[in-house]
Amino acid sequence: MLLALLLLLPLLAAGGAAAAARRGRAHASWTAAAGPAAVLAILLAVAPRVLGGEVLRAHVPWVPALQLAVTLRLDALAWLFALLVAGVGALVVLYAHYYLPRDDRLGRFHALLLAFMAAMLGVVTSGNLLLLVVCWELTSLASFLLVGYHARDPKYGAAARTGARTALVVTAAGGLALLGGVLLLGRIVGSLELDAVLAAGDRVRRSPLYLPTLALVLLGAFTKSAQWPFHVWLPRAMAAPTPASAYLHSATMVKAGVFLLARLHPALAGPDAWTLLVGGVGMVTLVFAAYAALWQHDLKGLLAYSTISHLGLVTMLLGLGTGTALAGAVFHVVNHATFKASLFMAAGIVEHETGTRDMRVLNGLARHMPWTAALAIVAAGAMAGVPLLNGFLSKEMFFAEALDASQRGLVRWVEPAAALLYGACSVGYSTRFVMEVFFNADGTPLPRVPHEPPRFMRLPVELLVMLCVLVGVAPAALVGPALLAATRDALQTPAPPVSLALWHGLNLPLLMTVLALVGGVAIYRARERLWAWHDRTLPGLDGAALLDRGEAGLVRAARRVTLALETGSLQRSVSMLLATAVALGAWAALAAGRGGAAGATAAPPSLPADPASVVVWALLLVTAVAAARWHRRPLAALVATSAVGLFVALAFVRLSAPDLALTQLLVEVVTILVLLLALHHLPAPATAPAAPARRTRALRDLALAGGVGAGAAALAWTVLRRPPYGGAATSEVAAFYLRQSKPAGGGTNAVNVTLVDFRGLDTLGEIAVLACAGLGAAALLERMRPVAPAATAAPRDPERHPLVLAMLARPLLPLALVLAAFLFARGHDLPGGGFAAGLLVAVALASQYLTSGIAWTTRRLRLRASRWLAVGVLVALATGLGALAFGRPFLTSVYDYVPLPLLGEVGVGSALLFDAGVLAAVVGAVLLTLERLGLVGRAHERGTRTPAADAPDAPDAPAVEVA
Amino acid sequence: MSGWGATALGMPALLATAVGVLAACGAWLVLRARTYPVVLGLMLLGYATNLLLLGMGRLRDAAAPVLVAGDPAQVAYADPVPQALVLTAIVIGFGMSAYALALAIRARAATGTDHVDGAAGERAPERAGGAPSGPPPGR
Repeated sequence: MLLALLLLLPLLAAGGAAAAARRGRAHASWTAAAGPAAVLAILLAVAPRVLGGEVLRAHVPWVPALQLAVTLRLDALAWLFALLVAGVGALVVLYAHYYLPRDDRLGRFHALLLAFMAAMLGVVTSGNLLLLVVCWELTSLASFLLVGYHARDPKYGAAARTGARTALVVTAAGGLALLGGVLLLGRIVGSLELDAVLAAGDRVRRSPLYLPTLALVLLGAFTKSAQWPFHVWLPRAMAAPTPASAYLHSATMVKAGVFLLARLHPALAGPDAWTLLVGGVGMVTLVFAAYAALWQHDLKGLLAYSTISHLGLVTMLLGLGTGTALAGAVFHVVNHATFKASLFMAAGIVEHETGTRDMRVLNGLARHMPWTAALAIVAAGAMAGVPLLNGFLSKEMFFAEALDASQRGLVRWVEPAAALLYGACSVGYSTRFVMEVFFNADGTPLPRVPHEPPRFMRLPVELLVMLCVLVGVAPAALVGPALLAATRDALQTPAPPVSLALWHGLNLPLLMTVLALVGGVAIYRARERLWAWHDRTLPGLDGAALLDRGEAGLVRAARRVTLALETGSLQRSVSMLLATAVALGAWAALAAGRGGAAGATAAPPSLPADPASVVVWALLLVTAVAAARWHRRPLAALVATSAVGLFVALAFVRLSAPDLALTQLLVEVVTILVLLLALHHLPAPATAPAAPARRTRALRDLALAGGVGAGAAALAWTVLRRPPYGGAATSEVAAFYLRQSKPAGGGTNAVNVTLVDFRGLDTLGEIAVLACAGLGAAALLERMRPVAPAATAAPRDPERHPLVLAMLARPLLPLALVLAAFLFARGHDLPGGGFAAGLLVAVALASQYLTSGIAWTTRRLRLRASRWLAVGVLVALATGLGALAFGRPFLTSVYDYVPLPLLGEVGVGSALLFDAGVLAAVVGAVLLTLERLGLVGRAHERGTRTPAADAPDAPDAPAVEVA
Repeated sequence: MSGWGATALGMPALLATAVGVLAACGAWLVLRARTYPVVLGLMLLGYATNLLLLGMGRLRDAAAPVLVAGDPAQVAYADPVPQALVLTAIVIGFGMSAYALALAIRARAATGTDHVDGAAGERAPERAGGAPSGPPPGR
């Protein structure tokens, strides 16, 4: 519970801060600060237990089938990182309150910051690797949003957007690789729980999958921790507001990568591949970034490259693989967070007060803000590794480890040389940071005259710098126990002897420090010449530009592929689709044929064809071909198509499907109406001369259509020739439905019982689809100005609704409705049911539309098609939900026989209500479509009407004029 | 004559050929350039699919799945599952045709042509000649 609070409290504070921002930025900041403060309190409360060796755990299964669980696990390593996240988080909230402009309400910023904090706490405390990846990606998202915080700013927006995108592309790609690595780990170990993975180190290292696993995990860690060559996103991410840079991009998020390496140390570290990859990449990063930091002119740019370099240091230490190296790595993570966060904040103060971060402009600030200058100088000293500051201690450990490794390594001098080079460069850029900003007053005018920042804006810097000094002076007392405990829990073995003393005597590491200090000052002195040399000899290789070029190339290639496949021509797309289907079908058929046509043993007893069937069959073929042949004559094609529909209905009758025949027949009627109405709004195509190009296309289409037809026929033939269900008369499902239709569903019409009971959920979905189609059609036609009908269309008949027809149709309505009621009532036991009855009601009403006009009809019947639609779907849904109220599963049906006068026993069940919903939905969908089609352009026509046409009861909105 | 071969092969042959011809005609129509034939083609493809689906339950003569008194297991009924599937498919087929037609009408109002691509193709000259065009689709 306590562990869950660690993640929930920052989230709660995030929401609270967003809400409180409406009452002012102070409210937002106070609410936000409550999050990290509460987390800190929890962490301090559990500190004795965790540092004493206890591992706190909480486990909630999430998706057991995927081995995904919310397992939280707090040991000393996680505790130390969590402390870092919460501590720096609290300071950053305070700092951001002063840093961000007054007109920023801070709600969004604090919410993002705290959401990140929750995700980052999730990364360090998760005890399930999948959960870790989820949180890992969440930190990437939070980082993306924070880097892009000023995306709409006219001046900084472009940089913010580019920075955010680059950061997301690199870190999210790494996260994807990490997911792959984690899944491989889970495959090797058989569990994704961290405890199991850490205990199975030997199995992991011996597995043939070790190398791919390692590569993928490292890709994730290196992208997140900005290791060369994936470092390009971090300098660009400096477009983020400085508090976010201080928090995410120096103190915490970029440490997630090295945290992961430390976390998985027992499982992955050891083999040469680990040493080479982790140590090698770390070393390259260390030197390269320290050198690159020398020639940054932007304060934050310098700090960003310095951060990359220090992350390289930590990575290299982890790569060395020894226990003392790991202790040094963890120690340096903490030290770096304190001095780098304070430096970022100091840089933010400088920018806040002067309006610039350019070191070529800044000068002599020590006069204007001596206190801030003092703080920054101390922090920069820690960054350079000056004795008595915390940076010195972990750097000494690093030097010692580098020397130690060179005793074991193949090449004896590489590690110490790299370490020395790094040391000199870091002293060089630290000196430059201090000198060019706070001294070297050369009279260059500043954009603004600076003065000391508000008292509480400096407080976070003061606290952090104080820590730098205290840890630097008394390391063993302040961080000793935590560091040893964290090392112990990271290694899963008793901690190695780590000496945290200030003075180790006159030894080689101390000599290296002295050399680095001297070299660094020399580099600073010679910086102008160094830059000139750099510009002359080293080509301008910009990793970020390379990434951009790669990205642009990828997009171009994707676009080319898309354009090759999708030209915007429907005919082309459809023909490719059909051709693919035919080709795949043929391939599958051939493959099956080679397999020896299994199962084609005894053909089932064939149903002989009677002459009547043959006649219907022949008519069906003729009308179908006619519909295709007459595609340039819409009315003729329509007639042919509807004839096909009628013959299909006859086929249903013949093939023992009376329900289908009934439905098909009724659907045919409304479909023809819709098709006729639509015809009025579509132009009659001109018969174009057959150009050669058209002829080849027609030939291609013919071939394709032939292929489709042959394939469909072959499929049908193959299936029909096979004995069904391994010789049984019906499938198991069908047998069950038939057997249970009466006892369980209360009806003898198995099809209807299937629809409203056994497969009620499907039917519910289907009427929802029907409702969507009806509403979609209505929405498309809503308030649409019609185009003028094609010139060939017949002129409108003034006598739109012949009286005789209207008089004949009106008595039909009640008759049809009675018939529909009959169909509906018997549907559960005999052919009929909600679909058929609904269609019949719709046909009956549509016949009134046809003969008397929509307006006339709706005025008298008060029909609201859309309401029918809604009521239908809702009734069906409510019937299903009703079962829940009785503690039964969704859509469980009940029925009983109720004795009624005259009619005798009548089965009444919830299925009937469900079927009524189906009926209403069908009526609504059909009527809605017909109405809207009929009313297209009605409002538009009104103005041009002759007065005679508006005479009362001469229907004012004759919509169905084509019919 | 035509009846002889078909009778010899029985109803399965009739159904299979009908499905094939319907599918072929439907595919041909779907590949046309005007919206209206495309909708008709979709309908024909729908008929073909429905018949094919019904065939999956095998063909039965006078065996509607409406139970008669007595033990249902003793009488062979047609498979109700494909029938239930096809029944809803028929109704949804109507919905789809109606939607496609509405789309075609709206597209014509917006683009001034009933070409399936909403423009160009063979009718480009006519459009340039001032064919009436509707308002922008955004109302």
